[in-house]
Amino acid sequence: MAIKDYIRERFFPHIWCPGCGHGIVLNSLLRAVESLGLSKNEIVMVSGIGCSSRISGYVDFHTLHTIHGRALAFATGVKMSRPELNLIVPMGDGDALAIGGNHFIHAARRNIDITAIIMNNRIYGMTGGQFSPLSGFGSLATTAPFGNIDHDFDIVSLSKAAGATFVARTTTYHVRQMADIFRQAILHEGFSVVEVMSQCPTYFGRKNKLGSAVDMMEYFKTHTTPVGSPSKEKNPDLIERGIFIQQDRPEYCREYEKIMGRAMKGI
Amino acid sequence: MTENIKFVQGNEACVEGALYAGLDFFAGYPITPSTEIAEHLATRLPRVGGRFLQMEDEIASICAIIGASLTGHKVMTATSGPGFSLMQEGLGFAVMAEIPCVIVDVQRGGPSTGNPTHVSQADVNQARWGTHGDHAIVALTASNHQDVFAMTVEAFNIAETFRTPVVLLLDEVIGHMRERLTVPEPDVVPVVRRLRTSAGEGVDYHPYLPREDGRLPMSDFGGVHRYNVTGLFHDMWGFPTDNPRAVHDLTRHLVDKIQNRVHKLARFKEYYLEDARILLIAYGSAARSALQLVEQRRSRGERIGLLELQTLWPFPSGLIREKCADARYVVVVEMNMGQVLREVKVAVEDQEKVFLANRIDGSLINHHDIMNILRIIQSKGV
Repeated sequence: MAIKDYIRERFFPHIWCPGCGHGIVLNSLLRAVESLGLSKNEIVMVSGIGCSSRISGYVDFHTLHTIHGRALAFATGVKMSRPELNLIVPMGDGDALAIGGNHFIHAARRNIDITAIIMNNRIYGMTGGQFSPLSGFGSLATTAPFGNIDHDFDIVSLSKAAGATFVARTTTYHVRQMADIFRQAILHEGFSVVEVMSQCPTYFGRKNKLGSAVDMMEYFKTHTTPVGSPSKEKNPDLIERGIFIQQDRPEYCREYEKIMGRAMKGI
Repeated sequence: MTENIKFVQGNEACVEGALYAGLDFFAGYPITPSTEIAEHLATRLPRVGGRFLQMEDEIASICAIIGASLTGHKVMTATSGPGFSLMQEGLGFAVMAEIPCVIVDVQRGGPSTGNPTHVSQADVNQARWGTHGDHAIVALTASNHQDVFAMTVEAFNIAETFRTPVVLLLDEVIGHMRERLTVPEPDVVPVVRRLRTSAGEGVDYHPYLPREDGRLPMSDFGGVHRYNVTGLFHDMWGFPTDNPRAVHDLTRHLVDKIQNRVHKLARFKEYYLEDARILLIAYGSAARSALQLVEQRRSRGERIGLLELQTLWPFPSGLIREKCADARYVVVVEMNMGQVLREVKVAVEDQEKVFLANRIDGSLINHHDIMNILRIIQSKGV
């Protein structure tokens, strides 16, 4: 199936700003879905609120655009009630980890088979550039005009600690790696987290004088390194990308099927 | 066939009603005095092929049931005041996206943590006005376990018929009290099945295009029709729009589909109303005390009656106006500061004849409490 067949053309143009990284995420995601040969009817995309969450409107899957922070809770209901479906939940950094932080860690803890994509542009874009839990200490935002004193989460460490069984990070510069990671995340049976470092030139970039979208993507190229690469030892400031965790642990819906089996037998 | 008679708590009667109505997905979070609903469903649901989820909070609980409703399941959550507060945004989503679901609120004292193990009826207005934005809501209640069962089935039937969340407002006394319940045989009480689209695969399905009769057939998520569901104002495809006409029409639709059916949705019981000069209006556990008083006074020849409300929202104003027309005194009996009283005053022609008999101390209002108010109203002294 051609990539454009996964898109609802009638709903374009999209709402994203010129230079926004989210369209690149959409591109890689659709390539991953295409390469897996999944039927559109098998995929449910659930999103919350924010720029990133609008991605669900543009794809021709079953799409559920919910309320701020709660996408994973809705997705848990969809998945538990129809475990055979593939659940993809794209979220922004604020959506996933500020207002939705509790749902995030608990979905990870349950190891429910959902693919969570965190499109991390380190800012609340839709409301005009307020700092998020990923903006980082010292960054500037409309609500941190004198510099941000909030420290940021490390999504990989957080996901790992919360119990996610697939954890990866990539960037909008590394589009082939992104598609490959999405593929593996969707195939993984359990809770998968993919952090995509994405650029918001309109707000984060402008406020923090990071240049154009291209400059910001160039930064992703020069300031990241593959997981386990020796260059990380030489330069500890480099951000690792790739797959950090990939392990088997009992998946929630499958375990519940066993519960149902036991309950029906009266055990 | 022997009757299926049980001696149960009201919370269990609710569970029996839900299962009878076809509940097959529940998500919830422990909170007094509703917890027994979750506990019983954790055992009962997997036995019948249903699913039970304990979520991380009440917000997640209502979101999970909405997701499961979309895939074609009959869903419910249960909570009490504080949890119901947390559910309000999700409730609004279910209103906006027109997702059938049942939310049980076993009321306790509030605001805040309040009086968790004691009775109250102070969430009547939260049920109506708790979520933001113009909308209408259906809220039912019951005063005994047979009615809890019946109203729970009704809640599911109304949710499916009108594609709306329905709130079931129980209270701590009803939830925890034990009494007899007869569970009807299957198919004795009508159960509304979900209306699904007749559009086949490959045929365009418009999730928000009403049929000629105004109903919106659904298509299960994960089935053959792919469509968008959103909490934004949306068009017939479910795609977001801020077109003023579309926003206006959807607002009207969401309100009118409930408010235009007040009469059809009104559930109530009447006791000795024919010649009643004193009319008590009550609901939930307070109606039991009101009925006790009415029967006592009737045995002494007093012309007193009880109108027991089982539908609180949409408020049956026309019914109230009609029933109160010939009464000299109307006394609203409830365990709050007058939440239904206010609606009754708006409904009747003469507000001066409407009084409140209430308790707000966590104790069940009893027939003495109501009698004392009656004596004051009738200038007989306490």
